[in-house]
Amino acid sequence: MRSPTAIDKPTGGAAIAVRDLSHWYGRGDARRQVLQDVELSIDPGEVVLLTGPSGCGKTTLLTLVGALRQVQAGSVQLFGSELLGAGRRERQQLRRRIGMIFQGHNLLRCLTAEQNVQMGADLLADLGYRARRDQAREWLRAVGLGDHLGKLPHDLSGGQKQRVAIARALAARPELLLADEPTAALDSRSGREVVDLLRRLAREQGCAVLMVTHDPRILDVADRLLRMEDGRLFDHDPEAR
Amino acid sequence: MVSRGLQTIAGIWRSRRIPLAWLLLTRQPMRLAVALAGIAFAGILMFMQLGFRDGLFEASVTVHKLFDADVVLLSPRTTSSIGMASFPRRRLVQTLADPDVIGISPVNWNLLLWRNPEARTTRSILTLGFEPDDPIFLDPSISSQARLLQNRGWVLFDERSRPEFGPVAAWLKQGRTVETEVSGERIRVAGLVSLGPSFGADGNMITSRETYQRLMPSSPPGSIELGLIRLRPGADPDAAVARLKRLLPGDVRVVTKAGFEELEKTYWRTSTAIGFIFTLGAGMGFVVGCVIVYQILYSDVSDHLPEYATLMAMGYRLPSLLGVVAREGLLLAVLGYLPAYVAGQGLYALVRSGTRLPVVMDPQRALLVFTMILVMCLGSAGLAMRRLGDADPAEIF
Repeated sequence: MRSPTAIDKPTGGAAIAVRDLSHWYGRGDARRQVLQDVELSIDPGEVVLLTGPSGCGKTTLLTLVGALRQVQAGSVQLFGSELLGAGRRERQQLRRRIGMIFQGHNLLRCLTAEQNVQMGADLLADLGYRARRDQAREWLRAVGLGDHLGKLPHDLSGGQKQRVAIARALAARPELLLADEPTAALDSRSGREVVDLLRRLAREQGCAVLMVTHDPRILDVADRLLRMEDGRLFDHDPEAR
Repeated sequence: MVSRGLQTIAGIWRSRRIPLAWLLLTRQPMRLAVALAGIAFAGILMFMQLGFRDGLFEASVTVHKLFDADVVLLSPRTTSSIGMASFPRRRLVQTLADPDVIGISPVNWNLLLWRNPEARTTRSILTLGFEPDDPIFLDPSISSQARLLQNRGWVLFDERSRPEFGPVAAWLKQGRTVETEVSGERIRVAGLVSLGPSFGADGNMITSRETYQRLMPSSPPGSIELGLIRLRPGADPDAAVARLKRLLPGDVRVVTKAGFEELEKTYWRTSTAIGFIFTLGAGMGFVVGCVIVYQILYSDVSDHLPEYATLMAMGYRLPSLLGVVAREGLLLAVLGYLPAYVAGQGLYALVRSGTRLPVVMDPQRALLVFTMILVMCLGSAGLAMRRLGDADPAEIF
């Protein structure tokens, strides 16, 4: 529900503040509710993991928080800007402050690892080309791929590709990182490496992280665990199990 | 000013990004090769068709360009170089009344039958008859041989005439005396000139008016097909034409030399399908090129749709991604034009030696073809861009 107090109320510096968020797919009789009165707040530097059965609305929540989809009801504030009723252009501007890591790595096939990362750094308009290229190299070294700068994605292993994707997301200096099952395509060892890296780098940047995952092996990296079921969000309580 | 300009350039250079369009094209060499082959093919087709068209029109006035004249008189019934009608010579003499006219020369002009001295077959040859003392030709190599024509029955033969007229030039260069028949009368080839065939005539010969009269006994001595008028240096030909039109009765037509050439080109342009056929051919090349480039760019965008969606999710604006497709089109245009231009040059040389038509790469046509390729590639890119609208960043999670 659109409530004026939710829009006007200061968010107290939270990266994400979600209130009363509901979302539906389809129209008329086929209309189906996927999110119900979701409340969520993530502070800068905080790592939040979101679990839940497939189809429960996790990805929808990510796309709404990531300014990829129009908010239908409720309030989503990103860095203090309200997304409800925000236009295409406004959402695109906000997306520049969000890093995204996908289940499939979604690297550009025709670009080398270094160039892929620089596509992220290129969004920083105030830096010169060389500075952005150096940053891209720096990030690739940070994810342990300093020796693979000139390789094309199809010459890299799954874990390496995912690490390039992380470097790309971080190279745009995001204030919020959204990740959708970043370890799904990886074996347990490289999955572990990727999330540890993600957490360490996010902490260093003071960047908030919201990660959707099914992977029980990585739950311990989280500052907070959330669970979603049938479009409702609960604080995950491992003791209750 | 200069330093500010340099600063701007340095600023643009500094703020440059990964050349995505270039990398998209060059990292898929097969697709690029197909695209370039298609564009080059379309370009070559356009070069050839337009080259033939312009070459044929240009060739139609090879003879017209020979004359040292500012204004010419023609019969109003004259349609073109193959339909020259006669008019009384005294009309030409009358023009001497105009103060700007400093010289006049009567010329006979007709198609006669030439017998091949080797194969004995006959063929139409364009024949010019003039007074050998008159300085009517701009080309000194013709004027210097003009006195030979004072011998009755002697002619100058165009060595660039088509081979069907016989090995006249070769024989003459070997030192042989070349004699043959024109319209049943014996003639002797006294020398060679270099003119070139045109639409209407596969070969040309030049002779004196006296010899011409012998070859064309039916034509009355006082009638000519062309009157050449030379004006005082600095005189305005258009003003002279206007005055002469008032002076002369309606049984002659007065035009400038440029108007005379234009009349001939207009005849071939409008009375024949040549212009239409070749322009249509060039249009076909354009359409084929459009289809190829559109196919390539459309499938390129489709193949990379998830990647474009990813870029949108990262915060790239749709216009900057449309710019990538537009730059792909631009790069294809430039890269495809270069081989087309080079191949065009080569084929023109081939056509010149094969058909003796004056087909050359003139800058205007080179620019026209480049513009058409540019329109082709950017238009196709514009159509392919619509596919980008299907890239939905919300679908990639």
